[in-house]
Amino acid sequence: MSDVAALAPAAPAAAPPATIDLRAEFGEAGIGDVLVQLDRDLVGLRPVKQRIREIASLLLVERVRRRLGLSAEPPTLHMSFTGNPGTGKTTVAMRMAELLHGLGFIRRGHLVSVTRDDLVGQYIGHTAPKTREVLKRAMGGVLFIDEAYYLHRPENERDYGQESIEILLQVMENQREDLVVILAGYADRMDRFFSTNPGFRSRIAHHIDFPDYADEELLAIGESILARQNYRLSDAAREALARYIATRRPQPHFANARSIRNALDRARLRQANRLVDRTEGPVAPEALLTIEAPDILASRVFAQAELQAAERQAGATHG
Amino acid sequence: MRITQGCFSFLPDLTDAQIERQVQYCLDHGWAVNIEFTDDPHPRNTFWEMWGHPMFDLADARAVMMELDACRRVYGDRYIRISGFDSTAGWESLRLSFIVTRPKEEPGFRLTRQEVGGRGIRYTTQAYVTDRPEGTRYSS
Repeated sequence: MSDVAALAPAAPAAAPPATIDLRAEFGEAGIGDVLVQLDRDLVGLRPVKQRIREIASLLLVERVRRRLGLSAEPPTLHMSFTGNPGTGKTTVAMRMAELLHGLGFIRRGHLVSVTRDDLVGQYIGHTAPKTREVLKRAMGGVLFIDEAYYLHRPENERDYGQESIEILLQVMENQREDLVVILAGYADRMDRFFSTNPGFRSRIAHHIDFPDYADEELLAIGESILARQNYRLSDAAREALARYIATRRPQPHFANARSIRNALDRARLRQANRLVDRTEGPVAPEALLTIEAPDILASRVFAQAELQAAERQAGATHG
Repeated sequence: MRITQGCFSFLPDLTDAQIERQVQYCLDHGWAVNIEFTDDPHPRNTFWEMWGHPMFDLADARAVMMELDACRRVYGDRYIRISGFDSTAGWESLRLSFIVTRPKEEPGFRLTRQEVGGRGIRYTTQAYVTDRPEGTRYSS
């Protein structure tokens, strides 16, 4: 059966060609498109893109070496993505899955995103089947474990998380060609997690750190989110959004791009409300797609910032 | 006597690589893949024991192969088959079923002739292994 022969690992070529056209390999793997898309769709994140480019080159060379029979071992591809919430870890993981699929390091290229709840059970004997079920679903693709440090609860030595960790480690080691595991979470907590679980650290080849977005990057992200939904900001609204970002950042629970997306969702709500309540007569289509400054300035964030400033001032005069 | 049933029954036993390709075909068509085992080889025994749940949310056949390996570790001395169930309206039935593991020795069937009224004869077959209690039939 000829189709069975295709399944067998590529045998070393009988006579290696004198030179290899890496550029042709690059195009053939379709990773150029993924990288270009990554550059275009994701604002900022320069160090992340740089790292992904490096990993892509490494894997491309690895692929050629494998075909020439220079390396037989499947490379370790497990990664850890660290960074604050809303810095694009999940999005990049999805692109990474496409990239690995294009290069032929995973067979299907889908992403299964899970958290502790999906892996760890509620009672004795519940965890192992649950974890195995998730691993089965992720086979041939990428398993993305968000906030991976919650798997390990040092304060409770009988926590079932440990069981899950052991199964994960075993699969990460023995089935490297079947799935790639990406762990994600806050940088400091991940560091603590790795120091208490050295098994993970040694099995992870690539650590990628996601920096916070700068204010102007968040503004660009906000505009691209709106553009995708066929909205646009008026000039005054753009200024208001820039002020919003600067005001929102020091407040608690700031989640980078996610905060901006939520703020814009609320701005759309206010815009719709404004149009329905205060407009008399027909509305121009222009009005339907423009977010005005008051839609953003009505946000609670500004009121809270003023309140805090007033408190600080009061504190200063009292003290 | 080599038991044959289901698809590919006139081919030599499939290798693991071939089984994986068939399972992938099932998954690509959205069929739920089941692993079943039995130690009663009678052809009319259609309801085999299931190993785990039907697997319908997988992308890659390797996951099924993992389960098959686990099943073989426990019930490797019996018959194990893989089936693909198509749940789309109008089908709602098995689309594919084939034996993936069989006992090392298959003693076959005894033919019993029962003489009944007049010169009539009723024939019935019985597997030799079913003389022994369930669970001990193929482990010697």
